[in-house]
Amino acid sequence: MASTEVAAPEAATTTTAPRRRTRRPRVPYLLLLPAVAVLLIGLGYPVYWQVANSFREFGLAQQFGQPAPWVGLDNYVRIFTSDALWAVVARSLVFCLVNALLTVILGVLLALLMKAVPTWARLTLQVAMLLAWAMPMVAAVTVWKWLFDWRTGVVNWLLEAGGLPEFHEHHWLAEPLSFFAVATIVIVWMSVPFVALSVYAGLTQVPDEVREAARIDGANSWQQFWHITVPLIRPVLAIVLLLQIIWDLRVFAQIRLLQDGGAPVGETNLLGNFIFELGVGRQDFAGAAAVSIFVLALTALLAWPYVRVLVKELDS
Amino acid sequence: MTRERLRRTLGRGALSLLAVVVAAVWAFPVYWMVNSSLMSNARLRSGTPSFWPVNPSLSNYQAVVSGSSFASALRMSIVITLVTVVAVLAFAFLAALAISRFRFRGRVSFVLTVLFVQMLPAEGLFIAQYKMLSGAQLLNSVLGISVLYTAAIVPFTIWMLRGFVAGVPIELEEAAMVDGLSRTQAFLRITFPLLAPGLVASGVYAFLQAWNEFTIALVVLPAESAKTLPLWLRSFLSASANRGVDWGEVMAASALIAVPVIIFFLFVQGRMTSGLVSGAVKG
Repeated sequence: MASTEVAAPEAATTTTAPRRRTRRPRVPYLLLLPAVAVLLIGLGYPVYWQVANSFREFGLAQQFGQPAPWVGLDNYVRIFTSDALWAVVARSLVFCLVNALLTVILGVLLALLMKAVPTWARLTLQVAMLLAWAMPMVAAVTVWKWLFDWRTGVVNWLLEAGGLPEFHEHHWLAEPLSFFAVATIVIVWMSVPFVALSVYAGLTQVPDEVREAARIDGANSWQQFWHITVPLIRPVLAIVLLLQIIWDLRVFAQIRLLQDGGAPVGETNLLGNFIFELGVGRQDFAGAAAVSIFVLALTALLAWPYVRVLVKELDS
Repeated sequence: MTRERLRRTLGRGALSLLAVVVAAVWAFPVYWMVNSSLMSNARLRSGTPSFWPVNPSLSNYQAVVSGSSFASALRMSIVITLVTVVAVLAFAFLAALAISRFRFRGRVSFVLTVLFVQMLPAEGLFIAQYKMLSGAQLLNSVLGISVLYTAAIVPFTIWMLRGFVAGVPIELEEAAMVDGLSRTQAFLRITFPLLAPGLVASGVYAFLQAWNEFTIALVVLPAESAKTLPLWLRSFLSASANRGVDWGEVMAASALIAVPVIIFFLFVQGRMTSGLVSGAVKG
């Protein structure tokens, strides 16, 4: 059998690989079976359904049992020629990039701060970060809504006490721009801890001797940072930035929850909200499927480099 | 020399102060949640916020817990989370064994696929998942959402457990087999106990994911009676908003969800960070 032929040289070179493993090639497949089955049902079928129905007419009539006729690229043309979609795409991309960059910059700064201060101060900062990171998303958004409450929220009170009377009973969530400012604060607050702690872990792997040597050679702290530290933590930085972009592209729940206060839905929807409204709200399942495929493709494109880096680690 | 040292001490002091201020700002919302939950609505509406609880009481918590929908949401969350955690651990454990203890055709492609699908956003799939479950009459059911949760959580858990399984040297098992144990016995008595920390960490990770999940639940659990805790918290706020929000009760409700999660989270966080970026840190 082919598998034994492949395995034989491996067993010869690596003495630890026991021969009885390779005699029973069925075992690993049986072990994978349950995971593969649940992935096929939970993710595989929905992806297939979405691809298939993005080429069909699937609206209210089909909900009531009408057959779904094949319409080719009509759904894509209909959705992607509408200004509504492009407004949402542009908004999502800007929101995603602003949030991802802010998160990574703040995270790196806080990681450097953790490295620079004595242990007690670092632990204080790390505990605070963990608290924010651990907050369940729905609870976190709810608390931020209370902080930004127009009537008795502490943010308006502080701003007013700080000499800005125009913030008396200010409605943060009523205007798209200040709505997104609040959403950004919430998301950056939730996301920075992961970046800060990951980058800090990366920084602790930079040997002190290297920077010491650079200092003796006359490099100032900025040069030490830019020429020694940054290149050494570049792999971590690349990964957290990529993950952050992927995660901020899929922001849905936070926006949905913030909209509950009576925000202008049409002007504050991001891609996920747009799909939700199109599908669950207006029962245009084919259109929603077409936009979903677009989101999946965009994510796939971004996720590929991350996955390749991780796979390299498989047998190391 | 002494001036240089003084300057450095002052600089370190200033940075420490900055670290403490940043920590206070970051922890403030969590503190504010607990602080507000202990005060009466009348106190919270009085215009001037109190930065520590004045006349603290647990009456907000009592009001929330005795509300009609809390018990049902709690039950729903517990059952869904339990089913999901058990399924995720069993399936991910078997798969992790396969990829770290065997060499077989399709191994690398499987790992590649698993890592790739865990990146797919729920927001790009929930319409199809909704249609699938409604077609199978599984909307509002524990089984339906548990299958979706398991599929969403199993990929990262496989990856996490793979690290733990690979960390137990195969030689230990082989030595036990030389001493006369069967393969299964060797595995159960030697390897399995060593994997316990990995299983606990993965279990807590799966718990957190299922317990906190909002988006998929919003789509596939539309019925009032099927709401999980995150959905319940959202309705609790909306219902309260109709009467001018009682923020004391809403914060008590938030704290009830958040506090157990924060405690569990502290167990698992180290593993999660290293799992996500380990490939990069090692460079």
